[in-house]
Amino acid sequence: MKFHLTALGLLGVALLALSALTAQAHGETTLLNVSYDPTREFYAEVGKVFGPKWKAETGEDAIFQTSHGGSGAQARAVIDGLEADVVTLALAYDIDAIADKAKLLPKDWQARLPDNSAPYTSTIVFLVRKGNPKGIHDWADLVKPGVSVITPNPKTSGGARWNYLAAWAYGLKTGDGDEAKARAYVADLFKHVPVLDTGARGATITFAQRHQGDVLIAWENEAFLAAKEMSRESLEIVVPSISILAEPTVAVVDSNVDKHGTRKLAEAYLNFLYTPEGQELAAKHYFRPRQAEVAARYAERFPTLDLVTIDHDFGGWTAAQAKHFADGGTFDQIYKPGQ
Amino acid sequence: MATSLQAAGFARRGLIALAFLLLLVFLVAPLVLVFTRAFGDGLAAPIAALREPDALAAIRLTLLVAAIAVPLNLVFGLAASWAIAKFRFAGRSLLITLIDLPLSVSPVVSGLVYVLVFGAQGLLGPWFTAHGIKIVFAVPGIVLASVFVTLPFVARELIPLMEAQGRLEEEAALTLGANGWQTFWRITLPNVRWGLLYGVLLCNARAMGEFGAVSVVSGHIRGMTNTMPLHIEVLYNEYNLPAAFTVAALLALLALVTLAAKSLLEWHLADEPSTSNR
Repeated sequence: MKFHLTALGLLGVALLALSALTAQAHGETTLLNVSYDPTREFYAEVGKVFGPKWKAETGEDAIFQTSHGGSGAQARAVIDGLEADVVTLALAYDIDAIADKAKLLPKDWQARLPDNSAPYTSTIVFLVRKGNPKGIHDWADLVKPGVSVITPNPKTSGGARWNYLAAWAYGLKTGDGDEAKARAYVADLFKHVPVLDTGARGATITFAQRHQGDVLIAWENEAFLAAKEMSRESLEIVVPSISILAEPTVAVVDSNVDKHGTRKLAEAYLNFLYTPEGQELAAKHYFRPRQAEVAARYAERFPTLDLVTIDHDFGGWTAAQAKHFADGGTFDQIYKPGQ
Repeated sequence: MATSLQAAGFARRGLIALAFLLLLVFLVAPLVLVFTRAFGDGLAAPIAALREPDALAAIRLTLLVAAIAVPLNLVFGLAASWAIAKFRFAGRSLLITLIDLPLSVSPVVSGLVYVLVFGAQGLLGPWFTAHGIKIVFAVPGIVLASVFVTLPFVARELIPLMEAQGRLEEEAALTLGANGWQTFWRITLPNVRWGLLYGVLLCNARAMGEFGAVSVVSGHIRGMTNTMPLHIEVLYNEYNLPAAFTVAALLALLALVTLAAKSLLEWHLADEPSTSNR
């Protein structure tokens, strides 16, 4: 009999706890921001700064929830029903996929906010170990014998796709625009990659904490953050001669905000990123601000370099995705592990 | 003769030493490392890490999941093992195989199956969404995944025990005029109580520690759908090693308490009939 009572008691406690948990969720307005890997610290601070502003303006208490992971995997979760109010992903293609496959926002979402819906930009740089022992200065040095390169998997990671295209752009430039030479360079590069993590943060941890590889190809902001957080390691940032202008994009997910009644909050949250204050925060977290005045203040931190763009040099994300990262694309053709 | 016995003695001691050495290197040392990394710099930092709202939410969620999964498995395990051990019916061996399924399927696959069934693009997902019920990327999905992976633990403990005990005592009780419920509560249940407790402890340890299946259905919303194992991963990925090791130490501590309770039981009841087969 005792067991019976214990089981019933436990079940009762469980039900009570469950109802308490759901009750708590209805107290305030919550906004779920589904983002990619290297923005954890940035959006944590955006929530802290924007929350009081929203409260002063509307009297409403807002709670900002965030979820982070590889950009492609996060888009997949939103498609499968993770009810994001806003998505702030690594590249436009992942938000296109949400518009395409789940129809949660219109296809022309990218035209709704200024600057291609990318309030801040970044680029792809290298992170090397203390004193740069392997003498890494540009893309050509990555394929020298004995150099081991860490970059995540372009199939799941947005950052990895930017890395891949930046390498491709270098191959094109040195090969005088010859596609075959670009492809040969990237194929050579991936022979130097011992492990593919699923997200940018995983790759950084592999490089900085697990001491794998000689050079990490990374988001500029991720490289700055890793160098700061792992200051004991004395990691150094190397800026290559050519790279790509990475435009991480943001969007309100229409179906979800209409369901949750959070459209106004979601729009204000994203618009905040374009204000001088939001731009300052972005720069503080090592993203390149769009606004010229803010960018000028941080000119020293962000060196100018030759940057190709996805629209001009690769014909936009849809074309780049189909050519390079779809099943059977150039990545599948050149990446053959263990060879 | 004496020499061969001596040789056997050496071999035995050597093997025992080897087993202990391996356990020390692969089990004890990492565990000690977790605790030294967590508490090596004093207690202030670990306490602060545990009072952080996201950590508290993760602990709450983990306890909630265990509090739902364990009683469900208790009831299911008792019912299933009773039916399997005391009765012969069509589909009996199929039922045994089905109970073993969660042990043989990778947890990641079980998580993905729930996304495919209850996700927005899934089989039943759209219906649930239309009725305002969230399953995956919310607490119910995490509970479902945990119940699934822990399903075999209680039943697996009880089936061999009940089969070994046979039906004689139950038949005697029935002959003496007890009804079905009386027989169950006074004969069957007391006979398996220690096995049952053992199964519940194992089930609890797994429910709190499950990572793979829960990771797939969680959506990783911090403060909402991160259980302790997922929260440890988040902290680790944020270069927050002291906090990651603190939560890891707490989770390991919960598991150790469970294990200690189990050992205490075994030690106390070494000569109990219902535990004699282990």
